[in-house]
Amino acid sequence: MSGARFAVPSWLNAPVARALLALLLMMAIGCAFNADGAFFRWSVHRDMLRQVSTFGILACGMTVVIVTAGIDLSVSSVLALAAVCFAWLTLPHGWPAVLAIPVVLAAGTALGSLSGALVARMRIQPFIVTLAMMVFARGLAKVVSGGQKITNYVTAADGTSRTVELPAVFSAIDSRVLGGNLSIVTLVFALSVLATWVLLSRLRLGRYLYAVGGNQEAARLSAVPVGWTLVAAYAYAGLLSAVAGICQAAQETHGDPETGMGYELDAIAMVVIGGTPLSGGKGSVVLTLIGVLTIGYLQKILSLNAAPEATRLMLTGAIIICAVLFQRGRR
Amino acid sequence: MPAAVQTVPLVATRNIRKSFGTVEVLHGVDFEVLPGEVHVLAGENGAGKSTLIRILSGVYDDYGGDVLVEGRPRRLAHPKDAVRAGIATIHQELSLVPTMSVADNLFLGRELRRRFGRVDFAAQEREAALILAEMALEFPPRLLVAELPLSSQQLLEIARALAREARLLILDEPTSALREHEVESLFARLGELRRRGRGVVYITHRLEEIYRLADRITVLRDGRVAGTAAPAELPARELVRWMVGRELGGGPAAAGARPEGPALEVDGLSVAHPEVAGRLQVQDISFTLGRGEILGLAGLQGSGASEVLHALFGALGTRASGRAALLGEPLPMRDPRTAASRGVMLLTNDRKATGLAPDLSVTHSVSLTSLPRLSGTLGWVRRRAEAEAVERVTRGLRLGVPSLAAPVWTLSGGNQQKVCLARCLLPEPRVLLLDEPTRGIDVGAKADIYALMREWVGAGIAILLITSEMDELLALSDRILVMHRGRLAAEFPGAEATKERVLAAAMGHAA
Repeated sequence: MSGARFAVPSWLNAPVARALLALLLMMAIGCAFNADGAFFRWSVHRDMLRQVSTFGILACGMTVVIVTAGIDLSVSSVLALAAVCFAWLTLPHGWPAVLAIPVVLAAGTALGSLSGALVARMRIQPFIVTLAMMVFARGLAKVVSGGQKITNYVTAADGTSRTVELPAVFSAIDSRVLGGNLSIVTLVFALSVLATWVLLSRLRLGRYLYAVGGNQEAARLSAVPVGWTLVAAYAYAGLLSAVAGICQAAQETHGDPETGMGYELDAIAMVVIGGTPLSGGKGSVVLTLIGVLTIGYLQKILSLNAAPEATRLMLTGAIIICAVLFQRGRR
Repeated sequence: MPAAVQTVPLVATRNIRKSFGTVEVLHGVDFEVLPGEVHVLAGENGAGKSTLIRILSGVYDDYGGDVLVEGRPRRLAHPKDAVRAGIATIHQELSLVPTMSVADNLFLGRELRRRFGRVDFAAQEREAALILAEMALEFPPRLLVAELPLSSQQLLEIARALAREARLLILDEPTSALREHEVESLFARLGELRRRGRGVVYITHRLEEIYRLADRITVLRDGRVAGTAAPAELPARELVRWMVGRELGGGPAAAGARPEGPALEVDGLSVAHPEVAGRLQVQDISFTLGRGEILGLAGLQGSGASEVLHALFGALGTRASGRAALLGEPLPMRDPRTAASRGVMLLTNDRKATGLAPDLSVTHSVSLTSLPRLSGTLGWVRRRAEAEAVERVTRGLRLGVPSLAAPVWTLSGGNQQKVCLARCLLPEPRVLLLDEPTRGIDVGAKADIYALMREWVGAGIAILLITSEMDELLALSDRILVMHRGRLAAEFPGAEATKERVLAAAMGHAA
């Protein structure tokens, strides 16, 4: 095949090896263009991790959907909706975090389940279902927020305004532990990777996800509950979008209905660069983790070297193509 | 009706040979069609009919021998060559664009133009009306093809071929999706073509059609011409003998397998056609499958045998109606999960399309159906139990792979088939529905699977078997049911079944 014209050593046939090599290549570029040694400072790496965490959480959910040969374009809108709902419940309504967080997560899961049900039962293409959900959830976020950012500057029913104290949960999520070396958002990302790994590699549902993505009809004729499997995949993506939304709200200290525009494309790019093909049936969250880091480093290196926005976008586009060509196995 | 002896054939083949890899499938075929002749091409599945048709349609460029078009040799190396030679093939899957009008379809790819390349729709519609009138087709040129019934679409495709000056039409089982009255209208048109001196090659598995339509019949067997004759000189019995060859021989009944009570009772099973409303693929079938019995279900393409298996497994959902009972308990034919949980497993006839997800490992493919049993709380897979179970069942199947972690696409066809079988066996089924269990695998793997089937029935599993290989059917089956056009046509005890009797029944010839 065209991807294998040059001879590659056999260990490179493992997708993880290829993804890691791409990441190492990226880091080597970082060492070369180290911006006067900035690339060698730990704080740069720590910040990179924090900056990609929200995307990474979305990418974990996206991986699960892509394994079923689907796609979820609605993750960014569900993120915005979750951010708005979380801010709305905790700021003007003063709900405690222990109540607000489960409610927001449930809402994200419910929207994901709805997408999944439309894909599974109505047999509408995932692209179309989640495109509709993307628009719908963004609209819903604007309804909840009244089109405004929800901040701690609260207007009461009688027209008087006041500033409420930002609940501790906001700063807690945006804080760092281990001597300021690990941000909580990064920890949430790490937990998302772990949970997704367990789901895909250890649970029965994970097996069903791969089987449905690999050959839906064969899965059906092997007594796999195809419908429920699809619903679960999109529900999981919805759940992680809500998780990312809460993180986003905490980091921004408000709920912005316009937040996260276009994040779904970054999440898809991270999954694909890791080496999980859109055709479904294979891939893993470990690959996605590597993809997230690769893109994270790319962005970091470009910003360290003060590359203009335009260059950044063009390079990211080119790298997606290179990564996919590189990942293409010798089938 | 028979054409004059001296006419030059429209198309003739001389010593046509064709190999796939190292296997020669056509060993020098001579075949000809005269003007004004309907020439039926008959033969068992795999006799070489499709290959010959494809050569005439220009699908292959590496055949040996000559094709003569009106006496002159022509190389048909590309579908365009066939079109230029005036040969049009109408496949079972039509090549019309359903979202375009009748007229647009008639002129697809050779539109009538005005200046600046604009399509002259008015002229196309006028021309289309003439073409349709010539074929006595009574639908307006502006109608969307999607709104036409299937038979009209087929006739439209024929009209299109004729409008492109096709002199030879090749029809591959054109009636398989048609209703009775639609068949009549197709036959009427074919009669007209014959009067106008066109040639028709007609492929069918139905004896009644052969004897109604044919001016001559050519029978292919194992890639050779078994003979060509006019229908009057070739009674059905003789035709069938040409198809199966002379080496007859009854089936040795499977040794030692003695049914002890019914495993599966089927009563009044019918299956609706997925696309054609009101048509049945399976019509009111009843039978009993005994424990420890191998029941062969024979039938040519489109007989509905495969649908019977899918229906019993619940894979056809509401398209299936009727009653089934497993070991005396009612078996709802609702969905595959219910069937699997009750101990009925299906092996599909196409492991690539409906059997395997290519990237799953051997272990994951084999355990897929049994995961509910192999996982604990929250669906946590008990991987050690899984590995042991897969180990055990694949060892029993003598599956020779270096690693059970390898993705199944890396396996040979025989091993892939064993993976599918292993998945069916792991849940310890009581009834196995096997659709072509040895399709596309080598002789060694076949022998393995035969031996294993004997083992399984010895353990009390009941097997309902479909296979298009007649020798295999006769050798394995304790009893054979024959289907023809969705109905049960005959039943033979294993000892009384012969190739000829089974094939005659499958073609609709009363035994």
